[in-house]
Amino acid sequence: MELDIIRDEEMDLLLEDVSSIYGYDFSQYSKASLKRRLNRICLVDKFASFAELRYRVISDKNYLQRFVEEITVNVTEMFRDPLFYKKLRNDILPKLGTYPFIRIWVAGCSTGEEAYSIAILLQEINLYHKALIYATDINPTVIEKASKGIFPLSVMKQYSENYIHADGQKDFSSYYTSMYDVVKFQEDLNSRILFSTHNLVSDTSFNEFQLILCRNVLIYFDKDLQNKVFNLFDNSLQTLGYLALGDKETIRFSSLEKRYKQSKGHKIYQKMT
Amino acid sequence: MSRETKVVLIGGSAGSIPVLLQVLPDIRSDLHFSIIIILHRKSYPKSSLNQLFESITTLNVLEVEDKTELVNGTIYLVPADYHLLFEDDKSIALDASEKINYSRPSIDVTFESAARIFNSNVVALLLSGGSQDGVEGLKNIIQHGGKVFIQDPNTAEVDYMPKQALEQIPEVEQLAPEQMSHFINNLK
Repeated sequence: MELDIIRDEEMDLLLEDVSSIYGYDFSQYSKASLKRRLNRICLVDKFASFAELRYRVISDKNYLQRFVEEITVNVTEMFRDPLFYKKLRNDILPKLGTYPFIRIWVAGCSTGEEAYSIAILLQEINLYHKALIYATDINPTVIEKASKGIFPLSVMKQYSENYIHADGQKDFSSYYTSMYDVVKFQEDLNSRILFSTHNLVSDTSFNEFQLILCRNVLIYFDKDLQNKVFNLFDNSLQTLGYLALGDKETIRFSSLEKRYKQSKGHKIYQKMT
Repeated sequence: MSRETKVVLIGGSAGSIPVLLQVLPDIRSDLHFSIIIILHRKSYPKSSLNQLFESITTLNVLEVEDKTELVNGTIYLVPADYHLLFEDDKSIALDASEKINYSRPSIDVTFESAARIFNSNVVALLLSGGSQDGVEGLKNIIQHGGKVFIQDPNTAEVDYMPKQALEQIPEVEQLAPEQMSHFINNLK
C-alpha cells in the first residue's frame, strides 16, 4: 500500500476549502492521522489523485458527509477497555446515583456503542430511569446510525466478551434481537439517550453534566485544540463531576490538571472545585 | 542528508518477546536515538510488558501516551489497541482507527510513518512472527533511504514474517539475536 497520494500543502488547501465552504474546521486535527485518513479515502473511494478528491469535495455537497465520516475515525466498541466499565459500574455510577437526576455526555460518540454500553450499566444497577445520556458527534451520518441501535452480528462475540470482563450480569444476547447479519438492541435501551450533532471544535457548552466521556477522540486533536476542548468540558461539568478519557489520553499539561483528581489506575478525573 | 540514526524501530509478533528479553539487557543507556517497539498483543487482559522490559534494562521504558515526545536513550512501547504515528515535529500521535493486517498496533503503520518523518535516519528491525505485517513498512523505509534488518529466519521461533521480508526485499540484512545488541549499540 503506497500511502503518499497527498502532500502536506495539498492537505492544508483541502482543509481550507472544507472550512470556508462548509464550516467544518479540521485545521487543528493531528496532521499525522489526518493524512492517513485522506490517503485512505483516496484508496477506498478510488480517487486517482488529490485533484480529483478536492474537486469532488468542493463540488458535491452530498459527498461532504461521507468525507467527514471517513476522515474522522469511527472505530468503536461496546465495553471497549472492560476495566474502565467495571470501574464505572462499581464505583463512579453508584456515586452519581445519589443525585436525584443523572446527566451524562458521551462526546464524540460515533456510532453509539459507548452510549449503549453506559445505558446497559445504568439499567443493571437500577439507575437508568433517572438518567439522561446525551450522545453527540460531529457527523450526522453516524448519529443517524447510532440512534437506530443496529449493529453487525459479527462483532457481538467480542462485545459479549468485553461485557463479561466488565462484570456484566446477564446473558449479553438478551439485550438484542438478531436479524440475519445484524442485531437490533432493545428499544428501551435508547429510550433515555438523546443523539444529536455537536462539533467539539466550534460548538459551545449546552448543559451541565455529572459525567462526561470523551474517549479516544482527543488523540486526533493537536495540543491547542485539546486544551480548548478541556475548557469546554470544564464548563460543562458540575463540581464533583467526572471526566473520562481514553486509556492513553491525559489532562496533564492542561489548565484542568490542578483542579481535578485522578482515579488511581484510570483516566477518570473528578472536578474538585 | 545525514545518515545519523534518530529512531530504531523494532517490530515483532509471535515469538519476538524472548528475543527482546535476550537483547534489551545488553543495550547501552547512552544511545543518541530512541527505540520504539511495536508488538502484536492482546488488549485484554492488560499486560505489564513495559514492567517486564523495565526489569531487564537500564534504559527508561515507557508505554506511549498521546503526544509523547521522544527522548534519546529511551525505549517506547506501543500500547495495545493503538497505532503509533509520528507528527512533523517528531512527537508521537496515537490513532485508534481500523486494524491493518488484522493488527492494532500495526507494524506497517509505524514503519511507514517513520519513513516519511525521519527519512534516512530510520533503522528498522523485523523479528519473529506469523504475519505479513511490517514487510510493506520495510519497503517504505528503504524508499526513504533508511536501513532495514530482519531476525535471521533460522533463529526465529515463527519464521514467516522475516522470511516474507527476505523474499520480497533483496537488500534486507539478517541478524541473529546474539548480534542485535552489539549492532544497536554501535549504530552511528
